[in-house]
Amino acid sequence: MSNASETGTARHRHARTRAVDFSPGRRDTSAALRHDPLVRGLGLVSAVLGVPQVARPDGVARALGVGNTPLHRAATTAVGVRELTAAAGLLGRPSPVWLWSRVGGDITDLAMLGRALRHHDGRGHGRTALATAAAALVTAADVYAAVTRTRSAPVRRAAATTVARTPQEAYGLWRDLERLPSFMAHVDEVRVTGPRTSHWRVSAPFGGCVEWDAEIVADEPGRRIAWCAADGADVDNWGEVRFTPAPGGRGTEVHVSLCHDMPAGALGRAAARYAGEAPAQQLDDDLRRFKQVAETGEVVRSEGAPFGKAARHEFPQHPARPLTEQELREALS
Amino acid sequence: MKANCWTGRNSVEVRDVPDPSLLNSRDAVVRVTSTAICGSDLHLLDGYVPTMQSGDIMGHEFMGEVVEVGPGVDTGRIRVGDRVVVPFPIACGACASCRAELYSCCENTNPNAGIAEKIFGHPTAGIYGYSHLTGGFAGGQAEYARVAFADVNLLKIESDLTDEQVLFLSDVLPTGWMGADMCDIQDGDVVAVWGAGPVGQMAMDGARVLGAEEVVAIDKEDYRLDMAAAEGYTTIDFEEVDVRSALLEMTGGRGPDKCVDAVGLEATHGAPHVRMYDRGKQAVRSGTERPHALRQAVMCCRSGGVVSVVGVYGGLMDKFPAGAWMNRSLTLRTGQCHVQRYLDRLLGLIEEGTIDPTRVITHRMPLAEAPHAFELFKNKQDDCEKVVLTP
Repeated sequence: MSNASETGTARHRHARTRAVDFSPGRRDTSAALRHDPLVRGLGLVSAVLGVPQVARPDGVARALGVGNTPLHRAATTAVGVRELTAAAGLLGRPSPVWLWSRVGGDITDLAMLGRALRHHDGRGHGRTALATAAAALVTAADVYAAVTRTRSAPVRRAAATTVARTPQEAYGLWRDLERLPSFMAHVDEVRVTGPRTSHWRVSAPFGGCVEWDAEIVADEPGRRIAWCAADGADVDNWGEVRFTPAPGGRGTEVHVSLCHDMPAGALGRAAARYAGEAPAQQLDDDLRRFKQVAETGEVVRSEGAPFGKAARHEFPQHPARPLTEQELREALS
Repeated sequence: MKANCWTGRNSVEVRDVPDPSLLNSRDAVVRVTSTAICGSDLHLLDGYVPTMQSGDIMGHEFMGEVVEVGPGVDTGRIRVGDRVVVPFPIACGACASCRAELYSCCENTNPNAGIAEKIFGHPTAGIYGYSHLTGGFAGGQAEYARVAFADVNLLKIESDLTDEQVLFLSDVLPTGWMGADMCDIQDGDVVAVWGAGPVGQMAMDGARVLGAEEVVAIDKEDYRLDMAAAEGYTTIDFEEVDVRSALLEMTGGRGPDKCVDAVGLEATHGAPHVRMYDRGKQAVRSGTERPHALRQAVMCCRSGGVVSVVGVYGGLMDKFPAGAWMNRSLTLRTGQCHVQRYLDRLLGLIEEGTIDPTRVITHRMPLAEAPHAFELFKNKQDDCEKVVLTP
């Protein structure tokens, strides 16, 4: 008995370690960006703008048609140093962070140029306006690059629950893919299309909807299921669920790891959060409902949370009083 | 149907609401024949429990007749027509907590467990009429109520005991009993109970049945202390005497062996400056409790004794005497009552007449007068100890 539980613990630890470097080397962000023409181009633009600003701040200030006071020269030098830093970053160790720092710099530049336009003495007004237009163009390019190039950072989520079922039973519930929508809040439909393939429809923030074909890449009854989206999915994603006996007859631990590309990276995450999505929380809630299904046979509903799997999205909830016939029809549909 | 609804801080209203319907396959609908107002309903009324919503039906102490059962209910256990008492915590019967008889910690019955987890670290069971934090289940101060996992939870009453005799099996009797049970009462133990409300009275009865040498009731309301004295318990009026000195005097300087806190988060304080401090913290939401009774119990309890807490706490506490607790080897035991664990034994004690829970009932009113009943109970007017409402 003690031997068995030791084995269990050892396997558990091993599994946990593997979960951390789950699906390694999916994409090497830095290497990909190094050969990205847009990123290199923006790096070169930074360098070309930065060198004269640092070397001849007074000349640059004149060329822009802004004033030539010590303050203007200092500001120009500072902008130059910033540009050179961004250039070094983008050409040396490219990362989306540098692209976002360029976006931040662009906003500062536009603000300064806008101020210069408002307080202009008239000399070189056209040049300043031209510079502002150019800065706006560069800003657009930077935002585009930052948003599209950040995409490669996948969101990883992991959660675990323990259910009072055997590993085989818990595995069986999960392997019944068409049943997953009954407890996974965002999964609207899973259609099994083959022995290892299935089609998924998942609701996305702002009323959107994402679909993809998935394939089971590992299937060890009673132990593990792993899957990934087929090539060409809108949102690349992959995941794994492991079933391990809990010590001392405490049932079965269900460990889930999910990875998916977050469109627009950090910006996408912020937008999702704004739309009320909290990915880590969602997975916790999904697993809580999996436990309800595994242990009691269904997702538990209350008058306040009558829609079962959408409980968190209902706050403020339906009052804790019985539903009208129409509300009931909606809730149970 | 008519139901007593929370409509905002310090306000309840009897309203017309839809009749309940089955939401899960193991639900049943109960026609409520008797329901009661619990001291913890006052914490909801006073607005100290977050996530109450206007229109929520109150009430977690109720009983009645089963009028409908879902297709998943084990009819070997519960059928239409059964007369049942409904325990306030909803248990699924299948999770690890339920299997360990920790029913109020059920892992499956709170649909809002994710929110409860933020406050409590881990989720707790669903409770009827007790905020959305405990699931958003409609309460039993109504003509009908839907109950979940009917075949796991409902206690069938097959004898001819009256509603009043068994109604308190839903909460205050087992809660008070658990307060005494957690004291692990030994020969010669003096048990002091803070709060002589219904739960406190039941804890005193429990301590008596479980073999306490002496039971001490601590409160400030004469009618509550008189109620305890009538059962032969010693009383301390904390507005008249210093509680610790009185307890030390009674116990030859040892202090009570076991202490029960049947007060919870809205304690009345002896010292005005401490009361102001706790009120202030509550008002700015930097502390949710006024734990004077618990602080006092910890300071009074003899070294190595047990402090058993059945009064309700909701969030974060300030100035807990951790030094006294740690250095004097006190044991702190607590929990929302695991009602289902005690039902068979307590029903037996009622049947044989060892415990008579009806002794705490002071008011009987129709459901329609629920708002007035809340007012009497909250303000301790008309010597109100316990109200039973009939729909």
